[in-house]
Amino acid sequence: MEPASHVASIIAHSGGAIGVAWLMIAFPLIGAAALLLGGRASDKYGHLLGVLMAVASFVVAALAFFQVLGFQPGERRRGVPLYDFIPGIAKVGLLVDPLSISFCLLITFVGSLIHIYSIGYMSHDPARRRFFAYLNLFVAAMLLLVLADNYVGLFVGWEGVGLASYLLIGFWQHKPSAATAAKKAFIVNRVGDFGLLIGIFTIFATFHSLAFADVFSAAGGASSGTLTAIGLLLLVGACGKSAQLPLQSWLLDAMEGPTPVSALIHAATMVTAGVYLIVRSGPIFQGAEAAQLVVTIVGVATLLAGAIIGTAKDDIKKALAGSTMSQIGYMVLAAGIGPAGYAFAIAHLITHGFFKADLFLGAGSVMHGMNDEVNMRKYGGLRKVMPITFVTFLIGYLAIIGFPLLSGYFTKDGIIEVAMEHNAILGWLAVLGAGITGFYMSRLVFMTFFGARRWEPTAHPHESPAVMTWPLIILSIGALGLGAFLIIGNRFMTFLAPAVGAPEELPSFNPFTATGLVTLALVAIGVAFAWFRYGAAEVPAVAPRGSFLTTFARRDLYGDALNEALFMRPGQWLTRLAVFFDNRGIDGLVNGLAAFIGGSSGRMRRIQTGFVRSYALSIFVGAALLAGAWLVVGNL
Amino acid sequence: MTTHYLVLSALLFAIGGVGVLVRRNAIVVFMCVELMLNACNLAFVTFARQNGNLDGQVIAFFVMIVAAAEVVIGLAIIVTIFRTRRSASVDDASLLKH
Repeated sequence: MEPASHVASIIAHSGGAIGVAWLMIAFPLIGAAALLLGGRASDKYGHLLGVLMAVASFVVAALAFFQVLGFQPGERRRGVPLYDFIPGIAKVGLLVDPLSISFCLLITFVGSLIHIYSIGYMSHDPARRRFFAYLNLFVAAMLLLVLADNYVGLFVGWEGVGLASYLLIGFWQHKPSAATAAKKAFIVNRVGDFGLLIGIFTIFATFHSLAFADVFSAAGGASSGTLTAIGLLLLVGACGKSAQLPLQSWLLDAMEGPTPVSALIHAATMVTAGVYLIVRSGPIFQGAEAAQLVVTIVGVATLLAGAIIGTAKDDIKKALAGSTMSQIGYMVLAAGIGPAGYAFAIAHLITHGFFKADLFLGAGSVMHGMNDEVNMRKYGGLRKVMPITFVTFLIGYLAIIGFPLLSGYFTKDGIIEVAMEHNAILGWLAVLGAGITGFYMSRLVFMTFFGARRWEPTAHPHESPAVMTWPLIILSIGALGLGAFLIIGNRFMTFLAPAVGAPEELPSFNPFTATGLVTLALVAIGVAFAWFRYGAAEVPAVAPRGSFLTTFARRDLYGDALNEALFMRPGQWLTRLAVFFDNRGIDGLVNGLAAFIGGSSGRMRRIQTGFVRSYALSIFVGAALLAGAWLVVGNL
Repeated sequence: MTTHYLVLSALLFAIGGVGVLVRRNAIVVFMCVELMLNACNLAFVTFARQNGNLDGQVIAFFVMIVAAAEVVIGLAIIVTIFRTRRSASVDDASLLKH
């Protein structure tokens, strides 16, 4: 198969599973509506309906995928027109191509597993039906985001994801921390959405269309300044949704939601949207080198920041959240490199979807058995009591640190190699990030599953029910083999080529490059260091004070403090100033005028005595004055 | 010659005006108003005589008719007020104030 460096054109299509691709969105949307409107009556079967809708969506996605595979590579981009909103100007339609169908498979498959897992995890929650309604809404919004064939559809899905994440992060809204975290996620996302929105406006002003097909075919003709502006604005949107620097602060707080939500946000949906946006808008970024450079810098900065945060967290979910930031940073880095990196970005996104969902659901399984304890200093030695969780978690862990032949090894090393070729500094920083990943993930595993048992006296850890362990097992199989399947022989790169293009020369997979060996060595050092600190040595029950650097990492690199100092405090001063001006200035003027009129009319009222003779006198005086004036004027 | 008539007219008008302003009894006030009207009538008639036409006399008749109508309504009001308040003093009817 010849590598295609250009993107294939879109063919209108109306048959088979692709023709009814809208069903993928419709199923979970119907599920969400039915569960939200159904009320208490649907409590009994609500979770089953939610799972059914997610699985139905996956079936449609799988059928559409095989139909896409059946076409020649050059004919694999299929447009599904749905509706002429304004004939000739605004069309609503879906785009089923290798890129979007890859996302659909990931979202619906991992999403379905998370749905199934949630049956067990949320079994004691009285609002389980509402939870499944939101999960369905989340999946529907994410599918709309990736399937839309224009920027408006993408934006609608984008906002839907924001809404669903808000509802799910704040699902336990009786906890003030959860309510605050939900608001924080929503507000930080709004900042990104604002950038995306302005970017879409700029696209429309430049190209007079928002359909991907029109925009990308015309992108070559636009000036590089315009493309850079659009690229940077889209990057702001991507940063918000994908929790990249400087809009990363919501991700760690988002752990307040139930654990399956964290898995859904971090693995299958939401944070991957930014990577999707950058890869989908490839033709724009390829015309704007400055924007691409900024994307790669943001990616590298975030992958290091996330990794550093991950090293200092005692909360198992927050440590995993740091690792998500870091891994998404790798994807953004690869997406910023161009066609050479796209396939690795998406491949890493898919394998990450599997092993991160595996890790999060594993963490949820641990918490489920430990009375919702999240502090890893109170875990330890759990491998004996939770064997299935331990083994699946171990596979996810080995995959994420890039243990040879597991998924992360192929996809992450692919990104590092591409980055090294693109720019040595970026490459070495990515290698360093891999080493830190080895350290903090090992720390997490050693503190949780190895060492002495530091449990609370009330904890009685036990293995989770089958409905929770089976999703873990399936996900860990993906974490085991998916990377090799996608990367060896450039299978995924050739599959994606019609949608995103591919480099002139396909890379050949070579396990023994210098970069790869250095990466492995660094990861090994990280693991060994973690073993001596947290595996072989005793873990103190209370976190030691640590150095300045530890505090720096624990406080999320002072991201919140920075936001507070730069935006929150000045914002509060501004509102106080506005309130002062409103009270004293605007209200003062209006109230003062009213008081003046009221006071003066109170004084004038006293003239009205009620005595008819004084009225008569005033009439006489008035008449005399008029007569006198007339006499004077008349004589002039 | 007309000067005398006009001076008389002005005197009558002034007496009526002062009466309206200083007297409290509504009937007297009313009579003073009539006095003022008739002072005007005198002036009209005087000027009619001086100018040798009938305009002033016609106006005087109009004034008399209007005065008659005014007396009817005014007396009715005064009688009504006297019935309810047992007083014909204009100072007692002072409800229409702040």
